[in-house]
Amino acid sequence: MDRKLLAAYGAAALLLALAPRFLDAYWVDVLDNVGLYALLALSLNLILGDAGLFNMGQAAFYAVGAYTAAILSTRLGLPVLYALPLAGLAAAAFAAVVARPVLHLRGDYLLIVTVGLGEIVRIALVNDVFGLTGGANGIFGIPRPILFGHKVKRPEDFLYLIWGFVAVTVFLFHRLEQSRFGRALNYLREDPVAAEGSGVDTVRYKLMAFVLGAAWAGMAGSIYAAKMTIISPESFGFWESVILFLIVILGGSGSIPGVLLGAALVVGLPELFRGFATARMLVFGLVMMVMMVVRRQGLLPLRRVRFKAADVARAERERAAARPAPARAEVSP
Amino acid sequence: MPEPILEIRDLRVKYGNVEALHGVDLAVHPGEIVTILGANGAGKSTTLRAISGLLQPSAGEIRFEGRPAHTVPAHERVRLGIAQSPEGRRVFGTLTVRENLLLGAFTRKDKPGIADSLAFVYRLFPVLQQRRDQLAGTLSGGEQQMLAIGRALMARPRVLLLDEPSLGLAPLLVKAIFHAIREVNQTTGLTVLLVEQNARAALKLAHRGYVMEVGRIVLHDSAQALAADPKVQSAYLGGRK
Repeated sequence: MDRKLLAAYGAAALLLALAPRFLDAYWVDVLDNVGLYALLALSLNLILGDAGLFNMGQAAFYAVGAYTAAILSTRLGLPVLYALPLAGLAAAAFAAVVARPVLHLRGDYLLIVTVGLGEIVRIALVNDVFGLTGGANGIFGIPRPILFGHKVKRPEDFLYLIWGFVAVTVFLFHRLEQSRFGRALNYLREDPVAAEGSGVDTVRYKLMAFVLGAAWAGMAGSIYAAKMTIISPESFGFWESVILFLIVILGGSGSIPGVLLGAALVVGLPELFRGFATARMLVFGLVMMVMMVVRRQGLLPLRRVRFKAADVARAERERAAARPAPARAEVSP
Repeated sequence: MPEPILEIRDLRVKYGNVEALHGVDLAVHPGEIVTILGANGAGKSTTLRAISGLLQPSAGEIRFEGRPAHTVPAHERVRLGIAQSPEGRRVFGTLTVRENLLLGAFTRKDKPGIADSLAFVYRLFPVLQQRRDQLAGTLSGGEQQMLAIGRALMARPRVLLLDEPSLGLAPLLVKAIFHAIREVNQTTGLTVLLVEQNARAALKLAHRGYVMEVGRIVLHDSAQALAADPKVQSAYLGGRK
């Protein structure tokens, strides 16, 4: 990780830590939501940004996590933070089962399947599947989490909980990017055939991306359940998946700082546009469209894409300077 | 004659309902350069893709070092020792030359060995070392072909499959690349199976050759004998010379 990025993270962390001193509860709550969407978008970024798998059903995994935590805490009395890893596991297991048969699909085809998956989960929840999900009303009375003997209740409590989790996630996902797993995902995204031909087990890595992304969305779901204390199917609709997709693409596919910035804009801008009253979503939509037109690669794209133009120029200069040295001379034994 | 390192028996491949290979038999011995010649659509690339596992045969056998390989998934075959430089090169345009090469060593965990292989590839193609931090998409066609071959060599294969390495390259570059293939073969004893449309260059490089026509092997012999064969000359070498 380069120094500039570390400094930016440090500054953001400091601002967030001090935010409750300057902002009222409403704006702190907006920051909580930004954090939740950042977590969810980072989870989707593994699947969509790193592995290049068009998943527009991320809300399904989010829902599985949230409902797992809600059911465990209301029915079995399990503290909601203990339910967090279990929610992640449940979402991961769910992803492993549903993603495996559709992994061979590419691009738009996979996208359609995942849209269907998201809808199936939402409708199953509405229909009170297994008699556990409470139908359209959802589940009430999810207990507040207790952290170090302190009840997490006010927006500023959640600010620290959520953004603490975001910080851990950012750290881990940056490590993951540098790992063999991260490299495999990048090869996979660029050219699955060449990756397979070079010994990358594409099916396994695609599945791992899905499972890990789902686990993270599931854990974010359990935090969401604890924050809201009430969850219902309408919180996990198609629109949520679209918003997450938008955050990743807008911020910069595969770029962790890009996704964080994307979450801040997509969740924060509609709040800033409240002055436009009923026209605020219109203004928001226009801003999105303009941003996509002028900056298709995302706000903070991956390093490689950003240096591309400079690289081409350098390569051409070098080639011009090296002429007329044919490659033949360079490979003679 | 030693045991073949790669042996194919009655290989059949179907695209949907259409059979593209109607029972191909072929053997490659350790240390050999063997070429498969043929016109467009004869089934050369299909044969190669079946060997590397990117296509599933509908019948027949592929044996590598005496063991059946056709049941092994493609990514595992790289570990066995079969690496392919695919048709059209397929380098990762948005990754650097070095990152592309390291992908070739994805199945390996021996760091010093990987460094050795990298040095070997750089010695073979010094231009790749000069351009190691450049994005592969900014390389010329010939350099990309060198990169594709280098990437396959990074897996330290025992058999190297080359699919049309001369495709779209200037004659000088073809010469350079074929020179490098011969050098690897002579210095390391690497076995090479080469699919080519450029029959003249391929027969100069190879020890033996097979000629394919519409999904069958119609002829096989030593490269010299093939080059002297009037039928081969008129069909693939542009007549007598």
